Amino acid sequence: MTDKELTLTPEERLLLTASPHLKSPDSTPKIMWNVVGSLVPIVAVAIYFFGPSAILVMAAAMAGALSVEYVFGPKKSLWDGSAAITGILLGLCLPAGFPLWMAFLGGAFGIAFGKLVFGGLGQNPFNPALVGRAFLQAAFPTAITTWPSTAMEWSAWRGPNFAIPLWTGEPSADVVTAATPLGLWKFEGEVTDLFGLMIGNTGGSLGETAGILVLICGGYLAARKYLNWRIPVGIFATVFVFSEILYLINGEAFPPPFFMIFSGGLILGAMYMATDMVTSPVTNKGAWIFAVGIGFLVVLIRVWGGLPEGVMYAILLMNSLVPFIDRATQPKVFGHIPPPKKAEEAKA
Amino acid sequence: MWHKLSFSHGVHPPEHKDQSSGVPIRRMPFPDEIVLPLRQHAGKPARLLVEVGDRVERGDKIAEADGFVSVPIHASAAGEVVGIGWWPHPDGSMAEAVRIKVEKFSPQIPRPRVIPRWEGLDPKDVVAAVQKGGVVGLGGAAFPTHVKLLPPKDVPIEVLLINGAECEPFLTTDHRTMVEYPDRVWFGVRIMMKALGVGRAVVGIENNKPDAIEILSKTKPEDLNAEVQGLYVKYPQGAEKMLIKAVTGREVPSGKLPMHVGAVVQNVGTIACIAEIFETGLPLIERVVTVTGPGVNKPQNLIVPVGAKFKDILAFCGGIKENVTEILSGGPMMGAAQPDLDAPATKGVTGIVVLTEKESRARTVYNCISCGHCLDACPMFLNPSLMGKLAQTAKYQEMTEKANLWDCMLCGACSYVCPSNIPLSQMFGMAKYQLGRLRRKEDAA
Repeated sequence: MTDKELTLTPEERLLLTASPHLKSPDSTPKIMWNVVGSLVPIVAVAIYFFGPSAILVMAAAMAGALSVEYVFGPKKSLWDGSAAITGILLGLCLPAGFPLWMAFLGGAFGIAFGKLVFGGLGQNPFNPALVGRAFLQAAFPTAITTWPSTAMEWSAWRGPNFAIPLWTGEPSADVVTAATPLGLWKFEGEVTDLFGLMIGNTGGSLGETAGILVLICGGYLAARKYLNWRIPVGIFATVFVFSEILYLINGEAFPPPFFMIFSGGLILGAMYMATDMVTSPVTNKGAWIFAVGIGFLVVLIRVWGGLPEGVMYAILLMNSLVPFIDRATQPKVFGHIPPPKKAEEAKA
Repeated sequence: MWHKLSFSHGVHPPEHKDQSSGVPIRRMPFPDEIVLPLRQHAGKPARLLVEVGDRVERGDKIAEADGFVSVPIHASAAGEVVGIGWWPHPDGSMAEAVRIKVEKFSPQIPRPRVIPRWEGLDPKDVVAAVQKGGVVGLGGAAFPTHVKLLPPKDVPIEVLLINGAECEPFLTTDHRTMVEYPDRVWFGVRIMMKALGVGRAVVGIENNKPDAIEILSKTKPEDLNAEVQGLYVKYPQGAEKMLIKAVTGREVPSGKLPMHVGAVVQNVGTIACIAEIFETGLPLIERVVTVTGPGVNKPQNLIVPVGAKFKDILAFCGGIKENVTEILSGGPMMGAAQPDLDAPATKGVTGIVVLTEKESRARTVYNCISCGHCLDACPMFLNPSLMGKLAQTAKYQEMTEKANLWDCMLCGACSYVCPSNIPLSQMFGMAKYQLGRLRRKEDAA
């Protein structure tokens, strides 16, 4: 018996699978790790501007996300890279002086309640990083809006990073805080100059500062088709047009359009969070609608809302509409030519 | 000539054609036994004419066309009928087949027959000669050719399209046919144009076959209103509807035939086969088959007698390597894996592709991440992502209602691009099969 098995010829152990028998080299983990890789320069710049605090905050958010994925996620799901993206992205939208235990909690919450409760990878309606961020914003509104200045000594701690839960230490006196450009404009009416915004030499969350760099890193992903370029382009165009109109109406009360685009988390959000494949529309037409919706909401919240920043809520709100957008934008099937009667009705 | 004519969407799988594209077509010697299934074409199987023990000559009719959408089948070698019964078919199923023991010392000269003179013939008689010759589409689908040549009177045909795209990776049968038999192709085009009464013909060839484009352009007869058109290299450019879209810009309406947009599409191999009927009087008893793939020792393009077994063909190509995992009838995108190498190369077998461990590696399937790559790949503009989610829960009926399953032609582009390795096309094939079974059951009840 065993002898016969050992002498099987290739003809006798043929596989029988259905076509197609070729497969492109792309895979979901490859896409995810490419996203992680493209975030590395942004992480490096965050560390350059915000010192060791940045490393620790991002590491804590990452640890929260990964540990929950490891413990509660499906087998081996840690290696598909999606939890790592959530961790880094959450870290990048926190201020440098953020208490580490809160960052850890945010990462854990984002993965647990933003992703795993829905069934893991691919099943979540909302971007897990933003779910974590929204949770932190609601739970710790003061800590998450205390922005350290970029002008501090590199090795200095940027805030109460080592605060202990339930015994919140006072922020150490030598921390220099700085308002974000959006906060400056909203509450003091001051517009930061564009060059500073592009280079990143301004206050803000870890990944909010260097707009140009985020654009380049996202552009790499778009070129490899790992993100749908229609979404960032649509968001930027909408924000630009909408705020340009407002600026033309009243240049005193409303900020200039380029300031709107380069300030706050808009570029990071548009490039990395709105384009999350899972939580954005699957059709290209839907992507345009989704992008315009986000751009519109961002300006609306920033200008008339109570908060200086609105990217997070804009994306989360549009995430909730994705199933409807998808249903409404199904592609027109090849050879399904509308009957002439319908075409006339559409014209009329 | 080098226009970027094409259709929208589609994919770019690696071509893998170098192994066999430079190898001239050669004849394979007759094997010991030939197996001729009665079902080698789309439509009704042919009706048996012979009995066990009968002696047949090469080219003798052994089964008669049964109805309009059917063609006769001819013996591809002289010999004795030794068996009639179920036999493995290259589509993976079993089919009723005639086994002929090939006579060792026969010179294999076809029985003298009348060569139809095409000049004086009425178009109707041309079409009849095509059916009599047992001609089917040699591009893989094996649809009886004469059916396409008889459009209803109220449907005007404006253009004859010759399909030389050969978009399936690995295959080079059409390529070699065009390079080596250009005159035969043009002769076939002339006959087809006459049979259809069309004034214009276009030969569509993917730009990755520059030699074929050049030779066909050079040899085109002056008096023929035909042209050679280079096509952008993209899969599935050779699908009938995609070719029509690329060349004429017209969309074949869902559920309709190419003739409804004034076009008839014929494969280059089919055209050459028709020309051969009018040159030699021989029916379709042999065809060009590409034997290739990393797992075969001597890749080549062969003239194979219809009904030669896969194992005999592979043996002639130097056998297969140790690490072979899969042997396909047809190309890797739409071809069927063979469980049994006793299956014969029927009229519809375009190639035999031998794959090894590297190509057949099992891949982890992840959840759909809604990346939309499959929507950008689908040449029919379907939503494979949605269809896949329905198929995973066996909601086959819903797939036809919500997602136009019947427009899917199982080209495999969606499965090819899916980063989550979801077997989309495979599941759609299963859905179609199950729905077909259900329908047959209802019809029977």
